[in-house]
Amino acid sequence: MKAAVIVFPGSNCDRDCKVAIERSTGAAVEMVWHAETALPSGLDLIVLPGGFSYGDYLRCGAMAALSPVMTEVKAAAARGVATVGICNGFQVLCEAGMLPGALLRNEQLKYVCKAVDLEVANAQTRFTAGYGDRRQVTMTVGNGEGNFFADAETLARIEGEGQVVFRYVNNPNGSTDAIAGIVNGAGNVLGLMPHPDRAFEVELGSADGAILFQSALASA
Amino acid sequence: MRAKVHVFLKPGVLDVQGKAVENALHGLGWAGVEGVRVGRTIEFDLTSADAAAAEAEVKLMCEKLLANTVIESYRVELA
Repeated sequence: MKAAVIVFPGSNCDRDCKVAIERSTGAAVEMVWHAETALPSGLDLIVLPGGFSYGDYLRCGAMAALSPVMTEVKAAAARGVATVGICNGFQVLCEAGMLPGALLRNEQLKYVCKAVDLEVANAQTRFTAGYGDRRQVTMTVGNGEGNFFADAETLARIEGEGQVVFRYVNNPNGSTDAIAGIVNGAGNVLGLMPHPDRAFEVELGSADGAILFQSALASA
Repeated sequence: MRAKVHVFLKPGVLDVQGKAVENALHGLGWAGVEGVRVGRTIEFDLTSADAAAAEAEVKLMCEKLLANTVIESYRVELA
C-alpha cells in the first residue's frame, strides 16, 4: 500500500498525516511538494493536509488549488485513486472544483479548536465502510473557515445522492445542514473539516480517524 | 490601463464579517446602518490598450482565481 501527502507552502499537518497513515495502516507514505509535476507511481491514497497553504491569501485553498501538482492530483482522482482533503485540504478540493460547495468563515467569527462528535451520515462510502454499524465517531476540528456552504440546488443534489458523509452532532461553525464532510459523485474524493490525522490513537482522545485511513486503503 | 476588481460574497451568502462590522457601527451610535458587506478590491496594471480585450481577460482572471463564483460575485472597472 502506498500513499502520498501533498505539501503546500504553509501546510502544517503534513507530518501529522504521514505519521497517522503510517501508524494506522502500515502504508508507505511519500511527501510530495506542490511544485512537482508528477506523482509517485502506484498510489492507493492521496491526502491533502490541513494548514494555511499560501497563508490563506485571497481565499483559503485558492492558490494551492492552482499548484502544478494539482493537475496530477485531479488526473489521479479521475482514475479513481482515493483522495482525501482534510481541513485546508478540503478547502483546496472545493477551490479546485473537485468537490461541490465552498467553506465560509465560521458563523461566530471564531477559530474553533476542539473534539467534536460526528454522525456518520453515509457508512457505505469507501472511506467510512470500516465504521460498520457505528453511526457516531469523534475527531478534532481546528478551523476558522469551516462553514460549509452550497447553493440550494447543489445541496439538494449532494443530500439526495448520499454525498454527505459526516455531520456535526453539535454544529460548531454554522455549516449548512451541519455538514462536516462530503464525497464527490464518484465516491473516491472525500473532503472533511475534522482531522482524522489528529484522532488516530486512543492517546489522542480518539482512534476513529485511523479507521478512515484503513477504510480508504482497504478499498484501494 | 488600470484594472480594479471588486469581489463580494453573493447576496444570500452569510457575510459574518459584514455582520460584525455592522454591529460595531451600531455600537458607535450609527443605528441607521443596515446590510453591511465586506469585500475586497484587487488592482493591477494591464499593458493591453484594447479595452474590450482587457475586460475579457480580467473576467477570465476572476473566473479562474480572483473570485470563487460558488460564493462570490465580482465587478470589473477599467480606467
